[in-house]
Parts: sequence; C-alpha cells; structure tokens
Amino acid sequence: MSAPLLAARGITHVYTGKPALDGVDFTVRAGEVHALMGQNGAGKSTLIKVLTGVESPRAGEMALGGSRIVPTSTLHAQQLGISTVYQEVNLCPNLSVAENIFAGRQPMKPWPRGGGIDWRTLNSRALGLLRGLDVDIDVRRELGSYPVAIQQMVAIARAIDISARVLILDEPTSSLDSEEVERLFAALRRLRSQGLGIVFVTHFLDQVYAISDRITVLRNGKLVGEWPVEDLDHAALIAAMVGRTPEAPPVACGATGDAPAAPGTPVLSARGLARRGSVNGVNLDVRRGEILGVAGLLGSGRTEVARLLFGLDRADAGSVAVQGQEVVLHDPAQAIAHGLGFCPEERKTEGVVEDLSIRDNIVLTLQARAGLWRRLPAAHVREITDRLAKLLDIRAPDLDGTIGTLSGGNQQKCMIARALATQPCLLILDEPTRGIDVAGKAEIMNQLVALAREGLAIVFISAEIEELLRVSTRITVMRDRVQAGTLAGDCGEEAVYAMIAAAPAPVSP
Amino acid sequence: MNTAAVRILGLDRRLVPLAATLALFIGLVVYGAVSYDAFLSPQVFLNLAIDNSFLCIVAIGMTFVILTGGIDLSVGSVLALTTMAAAALSKLGWSPWILVPLLLAGGSAFGAIQGFLIHRYRLQPFIVTLAGMFVARGLCYLIDTASIPISAPFFVAMAEARIPVGGGNSLSSGAVIAMITVAVALWLAHSTRFGRTVYAIGGNAKSATLMGLPVGSALVRVYAFSGGCAALAGLVMSVYMLSGYSLHAVGLELDAIAAVVIGGTLLTGGIGYVAGTVVGVLILGIIQTLVIFNGTLSSWWTRIVIGILLFLFCVAQRLIEARAGQKR
Amino acid sequence: MRALVRWHLFWPCLTLALLIALNAVVNPGFLAFEWRDGHLYGNLVDILNRAAPLALVATGMTLVIAARGLDISVGAVVAISAAVAAVMIGGSLSLGDAEAVSRFPMWLAILAALAIALACGLWNGALVVGVGMQPIIATLILMVAGRGVAQLVTGGQIITIYYPPYAYLGNGFLAGLPFAAVLAAAVIALTQLLLSRTPLGLYVRAIGINPVAARIAGIRAKPITLALYGFCGLLAGVAGLIVSSNVRSADANNAGQLLELDAILAVTLGGTALTGGRFSLVGTALGALIIQTLTTTIYSLGVPPEVNLVFKAALIFIVMLLQSPEFRAGIVRLARQPGA
Repeated sequence: MSAPLLAARGITHVYTGKPALDGVDFTVRAGEVHALMGQNGAGKSTLIKVLTGVESPRAGEMALGGSRIVPTSTLHAQQLGISTVYQEVNLCPNLSVAENIFAGRQPMKPWPRGGGIDWRTLNSRALGLLRGLDVDIDVRRELGSYPVAIQQMVAIARAIDISARVLILDEPTSSLDSEEVERLFAALRRLRSQGLGIVFVTHFLDQVYAISDRITVLRNGKLVGEWPVEDLDHAALIAAMVGRTPEAPPVACGATGDAPAAPGTPVLSARGLARRGSVNGVNLDVRRGEILGVAGLLGSGRTEVARLLFGLDRADAGSVAVQGQEVVLHDPAQAIAHGLGFCPEERKTEGVVEDLSIRDNIVLTLQARAGLWRRLPAAHVREITDRLAKLLDIRAPDLDGTIGTLSGGNQQKCMIARALATQPCLLILDEPTRGIDVAGKAEIMNQLVALAREGLAIVFISAEIEELLRVSTRITVMRDRVQAGTLAGDCGEEAVYAMIAAAPAPVSP
Repeated sequence: MNTAAVRILGLDRRLVPLAATLALFIGLVVYGAVSYDAFLSPQVFLNLAIDNSFLCIVAIGMTFVILTGGIDLSVGSVLALTTMAAAALSKLGWSPWILVPLLLAGGSAFGAIQGFLIHRYRLQPFIVTLAGMFVARGLCYLIDTASIPISAPFFVAMAEARIPVGGGNSLSSGAVIAMITVAVALWLAHSTRFGRTVYAIGGNAKSATLMGLPVGSALVRVYAFSGGCAALAGLVMSVYMLSGYSLHAVGLELDAIAAVVIGGTLLTGGIGYVAGTVVGVLILGIIQTLVIFNGTLSSWWTRIVIGILLFLFCVAQRLIEARAGQKR
Repeated sequence: MRALVRWHLFWPCLTLALLIALNAVVNPGFLAFEWRDGHLYGNLVDILNRAAPLALVATGMTLVIAARGLDISVGAVVAISAAVAAVMIGGSLSLGDAEAVSRFPMWLAILAALAIALACGLWNGALVVGVGMQPIIATLILMVAGRGVAQLVTGGQIITIYYPPYAYLGNGFLAGLPFAAVLAAAVIALTQLLLSRTPLGLYVRAIGINPVAARIAGIRAKPITLALYGFCGLLAGVAGLIVSSNVRSADANNAGQLLELDAILAVTLGGTALTGGRFSLVGTALGALIIQTLTTTIYSLGVPPEVNLVFKAALIFIVMLLQSPEFRAGIVRLARQPGA
C-alpha cells in the first residue's frame, strides 16, 4: 500500500448550528480512484468544500504529500494541487477550448515579437494536453459548441495542467451517456497510472464498481468506513449508505393497507411519459386513497417525474389522464385546474414566496385558480388558513407574519397546506421531509396517511426508503432515468434496495 | 468527436452576427451606389470616418463594457463634460500638454469609480451609470450653461490639420485618432489577458471567478476604459466643434449602444467583436448619409431606421440564444 | 419610535418634510395658500400640479419594476402621445376670429393619443413576455425609435395647440384644485384600489419576489406582465397629454426628456426595491413630490437649475448604496470595529 497523498483527519464542520461533518477521516493515495459515497445530506459536498478551501473546518487537519495544508480558497487549493471538476462545468462556453484551459495563464509572446498572447503556442499546448486524455478536437472552436462530455474533459485538462496532484470529480457522469462515461473512465485510468489521486463522487453504483479502487462511505456527517472495493458488494454498500443492514427485519409497512384502494378509474394515470434528457417511459396509476411512493437515488429521475406530471416540463411523448380524461399539461396552472396539487422539492427557490404573509402563501394557489379579478374574501381566507394551520399543526405566532420567519418544517407544512387548499384530487409531494427534524418528519407522514384515508390520492417522492415503506401502498422505483419497476408497499426494504441497485433491466411496470 | 457543434451555414456561431452586420453594410452601400450617382466617391466614405469619429471611439469603449454583460449610460455626458473642461481650461491658458492627459485621466477615473461601485457593492450597471450621467451633465452646467468657444492654438491647429490619403482626399485628425483607438482596442481584446478576461466575464462571471481570473479588477478597468474613451471622444469633439457645450452629445450613449448591438455584440455579454462595432458605427453613419442624399427624407427617419435595425438584431440575438439553450 | 422608523414610508416622508422645511426657512411665504377666483394657489399647490406627470409615469413604472421589469421608453412615449394629441387637435390662430377650432373632436384626439401610448406599452410587454428579451433591451428599442416616431407625427415642428379647451388638462382647476394633480391622485387611488380589491397586487408581488414559485403556484405571469407594460405605456400617454396641455404645444424632441430616469428615481425614493417584489404606490407619489420639491428648492435657493441633476444623482447613489446588502454589511463592520 502506498503512502497517503492526501490525508484529512478529524474534519468537523458546522453549518448554522447543524453539524455537517463530525470527525471525518479521509485518505487518498497516489494512483487510486477513490469513490466517496453517501446519501443526500451525508456530508459529501461539505467534505469536498473543506478539501478545496471553500469552507474552513471547525476542527481537524489536512496534509498533502506529508506536509500540513490549510487551503483558504478554491484558487489556493488549486495552487496546492487539489483541483475539482463539477457536474456543472465551470468554464466559459463562449471562449475557445484552448483558451478555457489556459485562461489567466496564457503564454505571452516576448516584447521583441510584439507582445500579446501567443495563440499558436497556446493552441498547440492545448491540443497536446487533450490528446493526452485521448480527446482529439479542434481546440480553437468555442467550448459551448461541444457536448458536456467534452467540456468535462476540457475541465479535467485545465485542472491537471495547473499541477493537480489530487483531482476531485463531483458527479461528473450525471449528464453523460454510457459511451461518454466509458471515455471518461479511460481518461481517469490513464491519469491514475500517472500517479494522480482521484476522488470520484457519484450516485451511480455500477460506475463505482467499474472504476474505483476504494470506497469511503459517509452517513449523517459521520464516517461509516473505508473499504477496498472488492470487500464491499452492492448490497453492503447500500446498507452502509442508508445505515441499515439488509438482514434486519423489515419495518411493518402498508399503513394504508386496511383501507383498500378504491377500484375503478385511477385518479391519475400516465402512459409512456418521456422527455429528452429527463426520463423515459414512465407508467403510473394512482387511485383514490392510495399513496404511490417513488424511490430512487439522486439523479434517477424522481423529481423529473413530478415535474412532468405537474406540467412544469413538457413531455415529448406519452399521455396523462386525470379521472380517466386525457389532459394536456403545458403549465402548472393547467395541472391545478385539473385538480392536481404539488409540493416542490426546492422549498426555498420553488415554493415559498418569502416576503408574503403565511396566509397569502397558503392561499396563493387557491387564489390563482380563482382568476385575475376575484379576490377571495378575507373571512374565507382566514377560515381556510386557520383550518389548514390546525390540520397540519403549523406553529406560527401569527399567521399574518411573513413566512420567512418560520422554521423549515413549518414552511414545508405551509407548502402542503397551499396544495391542500385547492382540495386537489391528487397530491404530488417531492421530498416533503427534506431538511426537517425527525419529529417533523413523523408528523408529516402521519398527516399524509390521514389524508389518504380520507380518499386523497398521493404521489410521494422520497430519498428515504424507510419513509416510503412506512406510508406507501405501492412503490415505484426509478433508476438511471427509467422506471425500474413497481413493488407492493409491504415488500420490505431488501426488495427496494435490490431494485435500486440492480443492473439496468428492461422496463417492467 | 466533432459532433453537436452549432454551426450555421458553416460559420462559427460567434461569427454569425458579424457576418450579418457586414452583409447589411455592403447592402446599404450597394443601395446607395445604385440610387445616387455621387455616392461611390472616396470622400463620401472618408467623411463617414470623419463625422463619426467620436461616436466610433465611444462605441469601442461601450463594446468592452457590453462584452462583460454591463452597460455604460454615462458616456455622452462624460464626453460633454470633457468638451466643457477643455474649453474652460484652455481659455484659462492651460497648456495642452497638461490638459489632454489630465482630461483623459479624469474620464478614466470617472469610469473607474463607477466600475468600483458596480463590482464592490453589486449595484446594477444601468443605475450606477445613469447616476454617473446625471453627475457629469450637472457638472457641465456648473462650469457654464452656455457654449464656450475654443480658440486655443493647439485645438485650432488640430482642427485644421488634414491628413492627405491620395487622390486629393484627406482625413481629419479625429478620424486618425479613432483609427488608432480601433487598432489599440483590437489588440486589447484579442491579444491581452485583460481582453480575454473581459470575454470570460461575459461568458460566465461565476466560472471566471472560479477559474481564478481577476474579475473585480477587470470590471473596474473596463469601466475606466469606457470613461477614458468618452474623454478621448470629448477631445475629438472639442476639435471638431471648436466649442465646449453642455448639450453636446445628448443621447450619444443610445447611438453607441445601437452601434455595438448592430455590430453583432450580444447585450448579455461574452460574444462580439470590436471590428463589428466599427461596422455598426459605419452602418449608422451610412444611414444618415443616405437620408441626406435622398433629400426629401427628414432627419428623424434615421432614428426610426436605427430603432428598426436594433429591433431586428435583438430578436435575432434572442433566436440564437434560444437555439443555443436548446442544444445544451 | 422604532415602529415609526420601520414604517416603509418613513424615509420618503422625512425627506419630503425636511425639503419643505428648508424651503419654508429660506422663503417665509412658501407655506402660504391663497384662495383667488375660486381656485387655490400657493407654492405647495404648484408643486402638486407640476409633479403630476412624473407621478403618473412613476406609478406605471412602479408596477413594472415590482414584477421584475423596467421601462426606459416612457419618455419617448410621452413625446409620442403629446405629438399625436397636438397634431389631431391642431388648430390655428386666426386673427379676428377668436373661435379656435380643433381639427378632430378633442375627445377623439385624446382617445387616439392614449390608444397609441397603450399600444407602445403592449409592444414593450410583448417583446419581454413573448420574445423573452431583457426588459432594458426591449424598451431601449422604443426609447431609440420613439422620438423619431414623434417627430414623424409632428413633421419635425414644435406644434402649438391653440384650441383653448385642451389647456384645461394641464392648467385647469377642478373644485379649486389643479386638475392635473386631481387626475394623478385619482389614478393612483384607483390603481391602489384595483390592486387591493382584486388579487392582482398579490400576483404582482409574488411574481416579483419569486417568479419560479409563482409559476408553480399556478399564477399566469405572462398576461399579467403584458398588462403591466401596457398600463405603464397608458399612464405615460396621460402624462404626455398633461405636459403638452400645460405648455400648449408638443415638442417631439424635448417633451418627456429624461423622464424615464426621474420616474425610476421616484420609484426608488418611494421604497420600491429595484429587484422586484416590494412596492408602494403612495411611496412612489411621495418620491415624485420629493423630486419636484427639490427642483423648486433649487430655484428658490438661487442655484442654477441645471445643477438639479447633480442633486438627483447624489440621491440615487445614497438610495442605491443603502439598498445594497454588501454596503450595509461594510457599514456594520465599520461600526463594530473597536474604538469606532
């Protein structure tokens, strides 16, 4: 075993009171690809931010090649030899490929030859660098004219040219097709053989096994462990990530099992729903009183399904029927008119209207449905908001205060209240429990079950399998942007994990 | 590996607007040549360079600002303030050897302050330079509300200087200064790190910061450059008009923006060429020339035609952007 | 006291009060009113009257800015509206015959001018909503071309309006008060009423604060935004009528010159955030009054009126910096430094 190239010990970081990293150790050796794994909120991105100088940790220290380092900024970390390539390529699309590699470090002509940038040297060096990664393109063309896969290679070329010793790749494969992934991996193997230490963050388990030498797993800001890849199989890896051994008995589930789903036409039914670059071939049926869980890893297409169902994105193919009637969904207003309710995943950017009062936030959708001219009577608004606040137990000192003053959990309840205020026949919830404490989560889930008992149809999207199992009548699993299959609500965790982790299989709704 | 490149008629996407601009210019020249006998004389084109020299200089500074995704509304007023200061100070007997560098430095400093406010306090360029416009115009009035004639020998000599270009035709000193400015700007934009940083900021300011480029100092320098260009244009106009007047160049900033946009620079930044701006200025000039040649058309048609061209170019830009967005 | 300082109209009110107090000190007769021929006269009445066009334009601008837009073409629209009305009313001074006649009925001329102003606003809105241009770019087009259009309408002349009834708009009195001021107040009050009685005010705020969330909540932003630009154009048209009536002529080159900038300044002074969302029509009206009082003050102080621009610029800088979070953070840091 080679000596560690980058060693971080006891890294602790706290975001506004919430611990994000708690005494994490992380080691990268020269000439290895090291997969950093964990669920959403496990602390992966915080750890990367600490390693690249974006955040300075509360405690812990780092060493690169044996000497202690304290990176203070991305630029500083780069100069030390730690470079990062993000999923969203941080380059300038309007500059040429070669310029992007050398921006800020362009070779200059000596003054006797007129000074200025030496474009010939710049282009030929860029070409050489990219050929080293087995990429042969016209480096004088603008970067934006190339696909993301090439842009990523350019970002990697830039990173290694700034004397990178450790290269961190954050979700590099999310928007690549399988051939592009293979090309990227070939380049990574070549860099590995040159002695680079590569940190690879991804949600695609297959890719971890295709390229990595070691795996480090984080959970809730803590280190779970570090294993050589051959010592940790798929099931064990997922268990480490979600914090549950597959052998443990499944939790009693099917909370709505005693209220049999009403037969007849489904409230919502989707057939062959697809959108380029989003999801492919989604088939769903949700009936009255049913909670359909949607499971899948981040980037599997969970959220995209919700966006298509609610008309936020237009589908390229497929159809949606509400109460048996086929409907056109090009705009959320249309979906609302058809009786759909939606709670978006990004509460802050897509849900809450910060400066408005709690009451206005709750009745916003109901009011919007009433049209441009008719204002809901104040008494009516008060009655609805009071009732929903009581129903969902929204704890606010004053419902006329601005919503920004509420805690995350209470804001989330307001978003559910907003959707419920329209008395929808179907409610779509995208990660309604994200960023909420345990008690809040339990409360929200109890309320979902109660709503379903009253006959509401619910589509419930969540990253936490345990939550899904607790409330869902059935669970459909998304994997790599296609529907992997649908399971009964009492199938048990093992079955869900198996379906999430399985190698791509033909769609079987 | 050469896939998915956005190419229109085999041109790089960045060159499409420039090509459209050139085609428009040639079209206008051909139209003029067919319609009017005297149109194709060399002096008509030399006059184009002479009469639009200050617009050209201002538009070049504006090009850099717009390339970063910003805008500079103060240029017309800074120009006027420079003519006022030049007139007032030369009347007091200041030597041009002090006056000219001082005014150029003053214009640059004015721009630099605006750039600092925009960068440091994240203010909107539009509103900052708007306030700058008020300040500069107001300072003009503080000097004098009436027009001040310039009779200093230096300015008169410059005004009378004619640089022969053969065939009995000649250029004014202002036109030559404008050409030198164009050459310097071309070099700045395409051969210096500063120029490339300007493009990078316009392409994606966040990425430019993450790539470690000096975004802040480049922004300050861009507005300083624009202010300096405005002051230089002010000197050229002092020579051209031989007067300083607070109502010189009212609305020139709009013409400069129009020239930049018609020259193919995207108002969202990142894409555009100094050469395009020069053609844009020539297009504005030739429209004016055509209106004059026509004789029956009134002067306001110039403004309306410029507005229509601006509209067409902006819509075309939107279409190009939307297309690029789809590809991504 | 704290609650008072936090009141969103506190700063505009204070500024206006200080300006008026300054005038009262310099010119003891400033606060006097006089009732003559059934009309109210006085410096304050005069300010109200003169601020009316600006207040109208700024009202439209407030709503456009509240929904994350901007309209820099209002000055040009004022010129177009004035030109259309002047040309249609026209009239000539015929010596000996005191009876001036209008070319078209006055109501038709006014309607036509307003219709064209509305169309200008809708054109801007269509470019923003339909084509997807940035507001400043979309309205720049009309700003450039608009004055050319106005000159086209007037034939490049300054058109004098001899038809006496038209002068009422800008110089007449209603119930003893200047008609223009009454009109502006009525428009602002009706707009305020419309926004609070219908859900439109809520929608505008939601679109301005968080357009993405507003869309997901089912608010149809496009028709609303289009209507706001149309309304802004319409009010600029009304302002154009008042301006042309006031000076009994239409000058395509200078009517409404720099008015867009004054309007933006009035909006900012009134406490409306340039980033959208929070807005106050009353604040904007106060802002317009502040600008007009400032102009009057400068006249009465004997400073050359052109210097007004510098004062306005100083006001813009102060308001802008106070709205910048980075600047406020810098001040807080300075204040916290030991010894400070």
